[in-house]
Amino acid sequence: MSIEHLILRVVIKIMFAPILLFALYVQFHGDYGPGGGFQAGVIFAVAFILHALIMGLEETKRVLPVGVLKVMMVVGFLFYAGTGVATMLLGGNLLGYDAIDPQSTHHAGQHWGILLVEFGVGMAVSSTMLMIFYQFAGREQEIRDEDW
Amino acid sequence: MEFLTFFVERYNYWIFITLMMMGLYIVIARGNLIKKLIGLNVFQTSVFIYYISIGKIAGGTAPIYVAGDMEKRGHEGGHDGAPAAALPGKDPLGQGAIHADEGLSENFGFAGNDLAALTGGAAPPHGEAVHSLPAGGANDILAAPPVTIGDHASPISDAARAAAEVVYSNPLPHVLILTAIVVGVATTAVGLALVVRIREAYGTIEEDELEAADHVAEFGESPAQARGAA
Amino acid sequence: MNLAAQLPVLPIITPLIAAPLTILMPSEKFGGRAPYVWATLVAWAAFAACAALLHAVATAGPISYHLGDWAPPIGIEYRIDLANALVLTLVSGVAALVMPFSFRSVRAEIDPRQTSLFYAALMICMAGLLGVTITGDAFNVFVFLEISSLSTYALVAMGGRTDRRALTASFNYLVMGTIGATFFVIGLGLLYQATGTLNMADVKHQLAGDNNRMVEAGFAFIVVGMGLKAAMFPMHLWMPNAYAYAPSVVSAFIAATATKVAVYVIIRFIYSVIGIEFGFIEAAFNYLLMPMAIAGMFFASIVAIFQDDVKRMLAYSSVGQIGYMLLGVSFGTEQGLTASLVHLINHGMMKGALFMAAACVMLRVGSHSISAYAGLARRMPATAAAFILSGLSLIGAPLTVGFISKWQLLAAAFDSGRAWAGFLVVASSFLAVIYVGRVIELMLLRPPAPDAAGVKEAPLSMIIPLLVLTGANVYFGLNTELTVDLAERAAHALMGSAR
Repeated sequence: MSIEHLILRVVIKIMFAPILLFALYVQFHGDYGPGGGFQAGVIFAVAFILHALIMGLEETKRVLPVGVLKVMMVVGFLFYAGTGVATMLLGGNLLGYDAIDPQSTHHAGQHWGILLVEFGVGMAVSSTMLMIFYQFAGREQEIRDEDW
Repeated sequence: MEFLTFFVERYNYWIFITLMMMGLYIVIARGNLIKKLIGLNVFQTSVFIYYISIGKIAGGTAPIYVAGDMEKRGHEGGHDGAPAAALPGKDPLGQGAIHADEGLSENFGFAGNDLAALTGGAAPPHGEAVHSLPAGGANDILAAPPVTIGDHASPISDAARAAAEVVYSNPLPHVLILTAIVVGVATTAVGLALVVRIREAYGTIEEDELEAADHVAEFGESPAQARGAA
Repeated sequence: MNLAAQLPVLPIITPLIAAPLTILMPSEKFGGRAPYVWATLVAWAAFAACAALLHAVATAGPISYHLGDWAPPIGIEYRIDLANALVLTLVSGVAALVMPFSFRSVRAEIDPRQTSLFYAALMICMAGLLGVTITGDAFNVFVFLEISSLSTYALVAMGGRTDRRALTASFNYLVMGTIGATFFVIGLGLLYQATGTLNMADVKHQLAGDNNRMVEAGFAFIVVGMGLKAAMFPMHLWMPNAYAYAPSVVSAFIAATATKVAVYVIIRFIYSVIGIEFGFIEAAFNYLLMPMAIAGMFFASIVAIFQDDVKRMLAYSSVGQIGYMLLGVSFGTEQGLTASLVHLINHGMMKGALFMAAACVMLRVGSHSISAYAGLARRMPATAAAFILSGLSLIGAPLTVGFISKWQLLAAAFDSGRAWAGFLVVASSFLAVIYVGRVIELMLLRPPAPDAAGVKEAPLSMIIPLLVLTGANVYFGLNTELTVDLAERAAHALMGSAR
């Protein structure tokens, strides 16, 4: 690894984990306050985009290959749709979360349903955002450090 | 003077209309495809502002349940089912705004309890528990030692507490606009991807140059050649 | 799971779940057959569900489905009555024919690495169109509309492999389509502000004939926004290029469905959301829809005569045909509405067949320029026969569905005391004779181009769906029980709900 942009490289190494953590916080705090899958997904993707901006796209693609992203997009969406279909199979309507836990007196099914759906949304959004970034950033030859 | 009030009272609409026309003008008048997309974005964003402004209730807080308020509704909702009475008078749109749904607070009551337990700081104080809450149940959580509230509680919830009733802005437009924002992001992504492809295929993203190139393709080439190329 | 109770949601959820799974399928292995077979099965499943829905609605009346078990007006409702059951069946039926049709054409025109992405986008587009049609929630219309539109932009741009003009066409479509969708959202916002609800039936209930300028403005925004999506004259500028340069299969699917769905939304908003008792609706009929419809009928047909590209000619013809549909709506009578709905269905069938024939020619001759059609009757008899039959249907020749539509439209015009409109319909049909006749003359009478010696009939996988759709053009021209009777009942129900 070259010595160029040393400060940026150090900063992203420090920031990377907290950004991911914050994304997870936004994801799961979405139950109680502002947050949820969309926002969390974008924040999650931002960590990797920063990584790619500073370390180079190739480096990020080694961490998170395009194939994995593709699967994440699909699995994320299927989490959402699958929850809906699961409630249908359990006897409710599409996305009728109460069917998940019909005995509950305080609609615990709603809680589980939205948690699952939001998890799927977060996964799909973060992978889609990254995919868009990969596709745009990957079209041109990467700028070498000397050419900055 | 009345005329002026008429203007100033509806300032949110003026912002919306100005932004909207600016965006539309950029889309129509600019030849650069990226600028067109930016104009399109401004145009869409103006609609977001419009939606959010019609959901806003003067003095209303963000449509996230304030823990104490939920306690109150959860327990008193049964016999005191008219929180809508607390709707402030100054709502220029009136009809557009609905009050936070009573039924929901019961659905999500458990979440509120957890919240109160987790973030005691933001919860309304029990000292001034105007809500003559019945003892026991969920309130036990709130009966934990009170914390210093003054620093944490937002001025909005202070004001709301003074009214002994929290007023929420209409959450529905927020949800709609969240969806519309996602649609907007997707549109921009597809549009930019097209611009990249156009730039690769034509070598330019200026509309007049593109039209000139297309004109050559259409009239400068015989059909037989076109077939051969295809 | 109770399948009958869950029926309304199946046409949407099946392609919506199938589409992302398609992305994971191999594009190049098995010659791209995996996504193709999968998409065909999904389209058939959706069609079966839609046909079952149509049957259920025709026998037992409207169905209401509550998403997430939230009752309307708070929750999103899927509401299926005869009008949208008919459109649902049209959209899924065209998809069920286009998917098996697509294989050879896609392999010739689409980058092999993109096969699975292509089918995924096509399925998402289909799910979006079905969603727009089925939903009873006004904002849900916008969401599904953008789902279908975004995938359409991508699909049109995939034609960029053979002709780079597809890219600019797609970009223009994106800009215009987004403006249209945003106008539609503004309109919804105004309606929401006036009523505080987004459920279509509830908006109608809340308005209760209560006139104010907010509703008027909302209606105007919605009609303009949807008019853009429906390519209503003079807002059709995105359409000819998008249809001409899109991959042939995409043109066939979109031309037969997308604009029809937009017209359906206009009808739905006029009758079931706002209601026709408002004075401004009457004014909109007389001073906006009718002049625009008539201008479109003539202008677009005349432009179509001078096109040298068959797909572009068919696209201009679509603008004119949208004019017929809107003309029927603008009469404001039950019969006009019937004519409009019948033509909506029939035009989907004829344009689907015509664009499919154009796809066959594109595969074998490699061009959709009009000169490629010279002497085609001898080289590709089945394709030429299908083109001629559907072309006659487009003109409105007896024994075809086109005749039924024109007949209904004429009857509606005379019955509402607008005989002059009837004459204009006939006059504009003569323009269709010219532009369709040009191609037919070329196919039957001209000698084939010398370099087209090796041209042979299109493969069976394409001919069979094409002939089925052409057969539908003739069958429903003879047996009007399904289309006209159901459309009559649908129009009656819409009129009833509008009062």
